[in-house]
Amino acid sequence: MTRPFTILLLFFLSVSLVSHADGGKQGYTVGDTIVDFKLLSIDGTHKSLKNYEKEKGIILIFTCNHCPFSVAYEDRIIALHKKYAMMGYPVLAINPNDPTAKPIDSYENMVERAEDKAFPFDYLQDETQEIAKRFGATKTPHVYILKRQQKIFTVEYIGAIDDNAFEPDGVHKIAEYALDQLTTDLPVSLKATKAVGCGIKWKK
Amino acid sequence: MKHSIRVPLIVVLVLTIFCYSFSAGKQNVPIVKIPWLDSMLHIQNDTTYVLNFWATWCIPCVAELPAFDSLQIAYSKQKVKVLLISLDYVKKRTEQVIPFLTKERIQAEVVLLNEPNANAWINSVDTNWSGALPATLLVNNNTSFRYFLEKELNFELLDSILKTNFINR
Repeated sequence: MTRPFTILLLFFLSVSLVSHADGGKQGYTVGDTIVDFKLLSIDGTHKSLKNYEKEKGIILIFTCNHCPFSVAYEDRIIALHKKYAMMGYPVLAINPNDPTAKPIDSYENMVERAEDKAFPFDYLQDETQEIAKRFGATKTPHVYILKRQQKIFTVEYIGAIDDNAFEPDGVHKIAEYALDQLTTDLPVSLKATKAVGCGIKWKK
Repeated sequence: MKHSIRVPLIVVLVLTIFCYSFSAGKQNVPIVKIPWLDSMLHIQNDTTYVLNFWATWCIPCVAELPAFDSLQIAYSKQKVKVLLISLDYVKKRTEQVIPFLTKERIQAEVVLLNEPNANAWINSVDTNWSGALPATLLVNNNTSFRYFLEKELNFELLDSILKTNFINR
């Protein structure tokens, strides 16, 4: 009587373990700890979270060259960095797109775009797309605000920069609200939002 | 006598206008808001709605549009309604969206959802939708059929999903 039940239980347990093991698709949620990574930046050096150990946190943004929504947000991303880097929250941009799908998203074009727009922040290439998958990023732009405690970075906010990609004036600056709360040691009141963006161009 | 002539005349006139507007493929693209979307998501009838969220700037979206047109034609005798919901900037409607639809000869019905704050409505379409485009919801509220996909689709895939919807009845 109990044996089939035990077998059934073991079966469901193993299924749930397996589904968790490859559950990278879900990615990080608010409160999760970030596993360090190392990616090539536009200055030719590899950057990891260790490069940010003197900061209070990071405004990590998956973005790219080709997506009109990313382009629409470029100036706002630069403004975010200029405002919050001095408060300990610099921007760290990561391009997760497969350049064979979108040649404009190649490393060379990233360097060129960063020069044209004078990006004041690191712009990394996620060549294997493993970091985007680990984060659960699905689109560009896709924001993750991270907070550092000693050597550990945790996710404090996931989602949109603001609530209107088309008209920058008069928007609700949702990411800034979170940053204002973090920089004054307050808990973030709105931890996750959704926005429309370009689906990440995954390798086929 | 007078009356009997007038009626066919009106019918001919209406038909001419209808045929002309159809052959010209001129899309009107009404601008819609959240209440319209809510009503589409909860409409109680026996039609299966194929709601595709797209934008002219989204390359995979543009690539899959002909599949939705083909689907509407293939299911013209069944209660299937394809609706292409553009998320383009409302100010690009006349200069970009309508000329694009004319050029590409898109026949399916198109509306423009003018709600830039997607956080206010994305979860009502599907809680699993991250916001990436393209995205498609197949929904029939009478049969509680609901199928959401956040990826580029083709005709075969759409057709296979629709077929399962009809089998389940």
